[in-house]
Amino acid sequence: MKNHVWRPLFVVLGLVAVILLARLLIVPDDFSVGERGYMYGYHRIGNEQEWKDFKTKFRTSTYCNDCHEDRVAERVGSPHAPIECENCHGLAGDHPENPEKLTLDRSRELCLRCHTRLAYPSSDRKDIAGIDPQEHNPGDACVDCHNPHRPNLEEM
Amino acid sequence: MKRRDFLKNTLIAVAGASIPLSALEMIDPRELFAAHPELRWVFLANTHKCVGCGFCVKACKVENDTPYDANVSRTWVERYVITKNGEIHIDSPKAARDGFISADIYKGQNPLALPEVDFAHGRIEKPSAHKGEFEKIREEDIAQAFFVPKLCNQCENPACVQVCPVGATYQAPDGVVLIDRDWCIGCGYCIMGCPYGVRFFHPVYKVAEKCNFCYHRISKGLKSACVTACPFGARQIGNIRDPNDPVTQSIMSERIGVLKDEYGTKPQVFYIGLNKEVR
Repeated sequence: MKNHVWRPLFVVLGLVAVILLARLLIVPDDFSVGERGYMYGYHRIGNEQEWKDFKTKFRTSTYCNDCHEDRVAERVGSPHAPIECENCHGLAGDHPENPEKLTLDRSRELCLRCHTRLAYPSSDRKDIAGIDPQEHNPGDACVDCHNPHRPNLEEM
Repeated sequence: MKRRDFLKNTLIAVAGASIPLSALEMIDPRELFAAHPELRWVFLANTHKCVGCGFCVKACKVENDTPYDANVSRTWVERYVITKNGEIHIDSPKAARDGFISADIYKGQNPLALPEVDFAHGRIEKPSAHKGEFEKIREEDIAQAFFVPKLCNQCENPACVQVCPVGATYQAPDGVVLIDRDWCIGCGYCIMGCPYGVRFFHPVYKVAEKCNFCYHRISKGLKSACVTACPFGARQIGNIRDPNDPVTQSIMSERIGVLKDEYGTKPQVFYIGLNKEVR
């Protein structure tokens, strides 16, 4: 066959070579088909570790207990005991270094998350002691009267 | 070589080359299960126990650096109020970040009165003057009302992963679907591909974003942030391969349901107390 028939073929081969070379340079070494095959497992393996190394900020009450033993103990036995400290006090992160002070939410709205009365027949929400925020001392902070760590009405 | 032969041979060569090797390789799911028999993360949500306090959403947003005031979240809580005349009211104001503090159903905001948001930093520059529209529902009209926590289902057959053109999202060996932030090109196919609407565009990183069961926490032996934050035990995470795990035992013995089973994605977030109105 004549040269002009082969010429486009060389062009195509050249293009393929360039693409393969570019692929070699651009795609990271650890890019491979994981254990789930091409459809679900085609990825950069190193990314799994990158996600595992993501910073944890929610430290839970065991971390709070290291320094604020008395405060953590205060809650024991109260209906608020299952609530994590950081739900209201803000996530600890690297406290006391960073942040130095946590952002404690003392607002009425925080308490109303559970204590607005919603009489929902198919939800446990109906069993929580609830108020109508428009009727029950509107404008006042809940924490002025109620102790959030020992909320029992008998102890008020 | 004749012209006819040339065309014929070319056709055969092209057809042969277009079959990727992977197509010839048969994947047996049992083999895959056997490869990691010891760990597969699953989630169990209880719609009776959930009271809609929204502490899970608050914790998730801070833990995972989701811009706090931007209207996106990895997890959210939906309220379903079904009245006696059969009407279904569903709302999730601010993804329930601040809980449900009113009996009125949030009907959305006037689009002309949306707040000014600095998306680069995820801050609200100027809050909306308009508080949104609410619908009152009389207590005596309610037939059923409950809260449903929503998050990524970490499907066994994730539709979002199939559609990714660059291999930036994938299923880790323990079943969690992750996104490679360095590799994602932000095309948004996965956001549209997810039948559950759990994916969104991260306003800061400019890539697709989703719940990953707090992968950094569960791989260190901690519970996901939302599970830790829930005071009622409405959210639980466990390993379905461990027969002694309380979550596995609940899934095996309780009457449970999953969302959109008919899509064939095999979702791995199980719900107690699901009914047909929940989508």
